[in-house]
Amino acid sequence: MSSEAAVAEAPHNTHRVHYLNANYGVRSWLLTKDHKRIGILYAISMTFFFAIGGIMAALIRLELATPAGDLVQPDTYNRLFTMHGIMMVFFFLIPSVPATLGNFLIPLMIGAKDLAFPKLNLASWYIFNIGGAITLYALLHGGVDTGWTFYAPYSTSFSNTWVVVTGVGIFITGFASILTGLNFIVTIHRMRAPGMTWFRMPLFVWSHYATSLIMILGTPVVAITILMLAGERLFHIGIFDPAYGGDPVLFQHLFWFYSHPAVYIMILPSMGVVSELVAAFARKRVFGYGFVAFSSLAIAVLGFLVWAHHMFIAGVSVYAALVFSILTMLVAVPSAIKVFNWTATLYKGSVSWETPMLYALGFIGLFTIGGLTGVMLGTLGIDLHVTDTYFVVAHFHYVMVGGVIMGYLGGLHYWWPKITGRMYPVFWSKLAALIVFIGFNLTFFPQFLLGYLGMPRRYHAYPPEFQVLNVMSSAGATVLAVGYILPLFYFAWSMRYGKPAGENPWGAVGLEWETSSPPPPENFEVMPVVVGEAYDYGKKAYSFPKQEAKLG
Amino acid sequence: MASTPETVAAAPAHGAEHPGLAHHFESYEQQRESASLGMWIFIAQEIMFFGGLFIAYAVYRHMYPDGFAAASAELDVKLGTFNTVVLIGSSLTMALAVRAAQLGRSKASAWFLIATMALGTTFLGVKGIEYHHKYVEHHIPGPSFQFTGEHHGQPVPANQARIFFGLYFGMTGLHALHMVIGLGLLLWLLYHTRKGRFTPDNYNYVEGVGLYWHFVDIVWIFLFPLLYLIGRH
Repeated sequence: MSSEAAVAEAPHNTHRVHYLNANYGVRSWLLTKDHKRIGILYAISMTFFFAIGGIMAALIRLELATPAGDLVQPDTYNRLFTMHGIMMVFFFLIPSVPATLGNFLIPLMIGAKDLAFPKLNLASWYIFNIGGAITLYALLHGGVDTGWTFYAPYSTSFSNTWVVVTGVGIFITGFASILTGLNFIVTIHRMRAPGMTWFRMPLFVWSHYATSLIMILGTPVVAITILMLAGERLFHIGIFDPAYGGDPVLFQHLFWFYSHPAVYIMILPSMGVVSELVAAFARKRVFGYGFVAFSSLAIAVLGFLVWAHHMFIAGVSVYAALVFSILTMLVAVPSAIKVFNWTATLYKGSVSWETPMLYALGFIGLFTIGGLTGVMLGTLGIDLHVTDTYFVVAHFHYVMVGGVIMGYLGGLHYWWPKITGRMYPVFWSKLAALIVFIGFNLTFFPQFLLGYLGMPRRYHAYPPEFQVLNVMSSAGATVLAVGYILPLFYFAWSMRYGKPAGENPWGAVGLEWETSSPPPPENFEVMPVVVGEAYDYGKKAYSFPKQEAKLG
Repeated sequence: MASTPETVAAAPAHGAEHPGLAHHFESYEQQRESASLGMWIFIAQEIMFFGGLFIAYAVYRHMYPDGFAAASAELDVKLGTFNTVVLIGSSLTMALAVRAAQLGRSKASAWFLIATMALGTTFLGVKGIEYHHKYVEHHIPGPSFQFTGEHHGQPVPANQARIFFGLYFGMTGLHALHMVIGLGLLLWLLYHTRKGRFTPDNYNYVEGVGLYWHFVDIVWIFLFPLLYLIGRH
């Protein structure tokens, strides 16, 4: 944008139409086809489901503060950890970054007016909520006790809980994910602004492209698996139940064929966020842009080839286990490429310690621990030793919570001024980032030790010698909760009292920072033309032909 | 995306001058390409969706070849063949409907859509007759399931046949559900075709439903030999 226009831009004292004030009322939100509003709708739904999953987690940690099973019955405990997993995985982590920030930012970043299919985008939000409501219904009527993995034959023949209803909820929600992925792929292929070539796209968009591929190719497999599970439970077809000649390991194969790549659905978008944050706050182009872009695709492809590492003790052959172990090591390579490239980007960058950067640095550290313990678990010898212990729980929480949620919060803090047009309080937000980091490590690091010492997961009671570490973990969970609740308050505060952010408060490079905050309903007053590379700090990467013609 | 800045500056106005062009697209071409790519991606996810059942079929066919052969022999291969021909015919009429829409001949397009719907309905009717036979013979998995078939003179365990019929009903049932949805889409297309909504510039919906219909047919092309023909003597 030319400098004259930037001076004329004063969003807080001139009336300017943007997506938030274009129209008002409940109807204008519930029937909106604007990707920016739908992103916000998703954020509201997901915060709700996150709170429910969080309450379950709080009850679990409260129970585990003492060795005796004195707070809840064993049955109740089984339902608590199951519903915690289901709520967090299917209704928070999987849609977290893509459905909110991805929805909001992809059209902005590539210079489009909207996603390719705005009605499908809105439909996906409704589908997501319907699935969530059905799952909540099952939860309120007693929940499920199978673990979020629904292993057969317990889930098909023995569990006396709401397996089918919960399955239907997850089945439906899966289609929200598929529609989101479909929309992103078509948008990225067909809606890029003139000059926005594939290798000028921000890495956030690349990682969402890879994520969408997994959503499209993985999610339908878990959908059909849930249908087969329901068929087995209702009609006893025999497909998973050994009593009828079926093979329960087949269920695990099908389930993990989706549910392992689902881990990458969760982490890849957060990696995309971190790429943006590192570049913006090191004031440098991401080191090895091409490698980081292709590492996302490599993760998407290799991620489909490692599923049986969840089943090393489930009766897969030694040779299959060896192959899957090697492939598991391979998928660590593109993840490591990202970590090394982010670190190399920081080198000789002019690093500033804004709140989003704190989350990004937290992500890099915690994800590295989560990823390296993943490689440990991929080796057969260690996996046999720590299978079904707290070591595994700690590992995937380092990736899911330390990775995904750090990325989500970092992204939210980075783009909040763009989304709302206002800044949040710096002190409180940095404090919250610090509290999250400390609380997280206090919660989950002791669980590595517990698991290595042999404490199994999914029990509501444990031997007294594990108490000290468990109390540390429960205390950490309390700290973590404070860190999660704080942003709710200062974000809400900032919407009314925050100081107006202007179009580019971080001085970052990217098309989304070239438009006003909050963006106009069709994203840009004048559709942009891209003439430079991504993260081109120090050069002018965009032009707005119509406007310049007018000014000239 | 080879458009130059000049073409952007000359971006078409929407609304009355460009009926059917959504506000966020720059041109009919962009809209058509997006719709077509979207449909192909949807079909990719459909392949993965059916893929789970095909994998289960492969695993159990390998595990219980005799039981599957015996159970497969119970299916009515004549009705199955008839239905295969009907469905291939419906793909032809669907392709003709798309071509007619592309050429702007909406009357012909409407008649081809009607023919496609008639053939699709015939398929479902025959499928219903087959399902009824299986119901009468107690071949539907559930409490009343019975199976006394043989393979090479040896009785096969009912459990193996039950898995076959479970997969048979799962796969053909899901296929039939896709047909029912397809018929609904065709009805919707017919309504808008007769209203003259589709033009050579803007017939994405006809093409999209056409792709979907062909996909559903192709699923059957795989189901028919797997379920009816393999292992038959």
